[in-house]
Amino acid sequence: MSRGLPIVAVTPFPVAAERELGDAQLRGNLGRATRTIREKRARVVAEVADWEAMRERAAAVKDEVLDDLGELLARFEAAAVAAGATVHHAADAAHANAIVTELATAQRAESVVKIKSMATQEIGLNEALEAAGITPVETDLAELIVQLADDTPSHILVPAIHYNRRQIRELFARRMPGFSETSDEPAVLAGAAREYLRRTFLAAKVAVCGANFAIAETGSLVIVESEGNGRMCLTLPETLIAVVGVEKLLPRFADLGDFLRLLPRSSTGERMNPYTSIFTGVTAGDGPQRLHIVLLDNGRTHVAQDPLGRAALRCIRCSACLNVCPVYERAGGHAYGSVYPGPIGAILSPQLTGQDAGFNKTLPYASTLCGACYDVCPVKINIPEILVHLRQTGPKPAAERVAMSTLSWVMRDRRRWRAALRAARTGAAPLRALTRRRGGTLRRAPWPLSAWTAHRDAPLPAAESFRDWWRRTHEQA
Amino acid sequence: MRIALFVTCLNDALFPQAGIATVTVLERLGHTVAFPAAQSCCGQMHANTGYAAPARQLERLTESAFAGHDVIVSPSGSCVAHLRAHTALPVYELSELLIDVLDVTDVGATFPHRVTYHPTCHGLRSLRLGDRPTTLLRAVRGLELIDLPEPDQCCGFGGTFALKNAAVSAAMLTDKCTNAALTGAEYLAAADNSCLSHIGGALTRHPHAPKPIHYAEILATPGPLS
Repeated sequence: MSRGLPIVAVTPFPVAAERELGDAQLRGNLGRATRTIREKRARVVAEVADWEAMRERAAAVKDEVLDDLGELLARFEAAAVAAGATVHHAADAAHANAIVTELATAQRAESVVKIKSMATQEIGLNEALEAAGITPVETDLAELIVQLADDTPSHILVPAIHYNRRQIRELFARRMPGFSETSDEPAVLAGAAREYLRRTFLAAKVAVCGANFAIAETGSLVIVESEGNGRMCLTLPETLIAVVGVEKLLPRFADLGDFLRLLPRSSTGERMNPYTSIFTGVTAGDGPQRLHIVLLDNGRTHVAQDPLGRAALRCIRCSACLNVCPVYERAGGHAYGSVYPGPIGAILSPQLTGQDAGFNKTLPYASTLCGACYDVCPVKINIPEILVHLRQTGPKPAAERVAMSTLSWVMRDRRRWRAALRAARTGAAPLRALTRRRGGTLRRAPWPLSAWTAHRDAPLPAAESFRDWWRRTHEQA
Repeated sequence: MRIALFVTCLNDALFPQAGIATVTVLERLGHTVAFPAAQSCCGQMHANTGYAAPARQLERLTESAFAGHDVIVSPSGSCVAHLRAHTALPVYELSELLIDVLDVTDVGATFPHRVTYHPTCHGLRSLRLGDRPTTLLRAVRGLELIDLPEPDQCCGFGGTFALKNAAVSAAMLTDKCTNAALTGAEYLAAADNSCLSHIGGALTRHPHAPKPIHYAEILATPGPLS
């Protein structure tokens, strides 16, 4: 398992993907799980008559946030502080980790309970807390599975998607104190986790959460969840620390409606999620008495400067793009080397940490540009367009650069192009004769085309190009 | 109608049959086809591989090669999608031209075979071709159209993706070929020879798999009256 920066690919994507592809169990688990969620999503989205209009509105609201980021942050901070919260600003991961660790230490907390949060994954908060002697306990069932396995998440919404229930039972038997079940029924496994977590919730002094939305108008935070563990974390401990990416803002409370309809249908394929918590500041005698909000930048204002790439910041972490991506389905989340896998990860990680970091530059190529991700994105992020944009602005191999400009030079002039076509035809003539019985295709070619012929025959230049046929049939009397 | 053909660089060099078939269908329907010889590549390959400047040069070249033509047709969904996104050319994929512009569904073809159709990604999601190609195929005499399982799944081609991410590409290709073979069809038709050369290159290694064919070639087979 890679333990580098949580949003930098430490291995080239093709290498990592090939390694993951060798795991037949993983492919089976992923194929089944993504197909199920994909079909559920398609069913519940089809029910909504104004889905397209809602996507448009949500995209426009998020673009408004990116346009007015500074002003909306100030408005959010003023409202949150007025309601009794303390607001911190973290420029990067190290800064955010230092703030949270210091706050937890000030409460003499030996452990903190955590709500599933991508922002805290992104900054590697668990590792920072452990280094300070504080035990972070993930309370989302899937995050708990990943944590018990000392693994990393492989999906934004379903971090343990790469495990099946038999593997989870074995893991609980090994790592969960007091576990003695022999059944791997999902209800039994969830029940065991509930027992274990209940004890943890009652003892916790500090909770750490993220936020799905932060409302600038009211200073409220919104957390959307399925299991109810979040509600426990938000209400039981005395101190609550929220780590919130600055792009999570919505200008007005009224904007929330569309997003609360878009998110569950896109992510879990549910019409509505079971628990939605909206909280504003501190209420005396009820719930946490100390609320700290850490507003996290970590590259976001930089990404917001790129007129094309910044649409990636609209993302509401629904993971619909992962579930429809044929590359993600085969390679799995770990191949992306980031807590943000799949199509959104391929445009988010290289933008947040730079294409020169690790092997981030291989991520924009981890796509066939098939467009399935764009079709399902609830905030209309044109992921294929941003992938191409990152390819065009990122580092490229010198040999490829030469080959591409030579090809373009040949293609830009009709005499050169016709000569090239004829040369290819003549050069391929002996091969065509040799392979005629098989339909004139090539079974084995030298590098770099060997990557093609390892799995498929290569076509040979035709005996007569189209333009020669045209000249013969349409231009010669 | 006078219709200009953008044959595409790939078809010009490797799959001239698709261009010839497009010309055959349109001429049979009584139209005049023009082939501006200054054309070569639309720039898609360069753009998608990450080379913006040469892509722009090829886009401009295509624009000037087709200047003055009111209706342009191309037997390639992905090239049409690229030109539509990056130029103002009035370019149509063949099924769009036939159904939307010429209002034809029966092109007078006969093809007494079992055929399955793979909707390639750009045709499916960029151009929203929908059922246009299969509407044309259903009108072909003797043709039995068989549904392809999981039709909207990408075949794994993706241009240089097939080389740069060969393992994932091959895994996607295997699933596409398995689905194609399940149909029991004699031919697998599609609107893009790039995807077809990828799928077809693997299908030729299996004895009982369908043969790859551009759907224009099916439409070009002569009917009973011609």
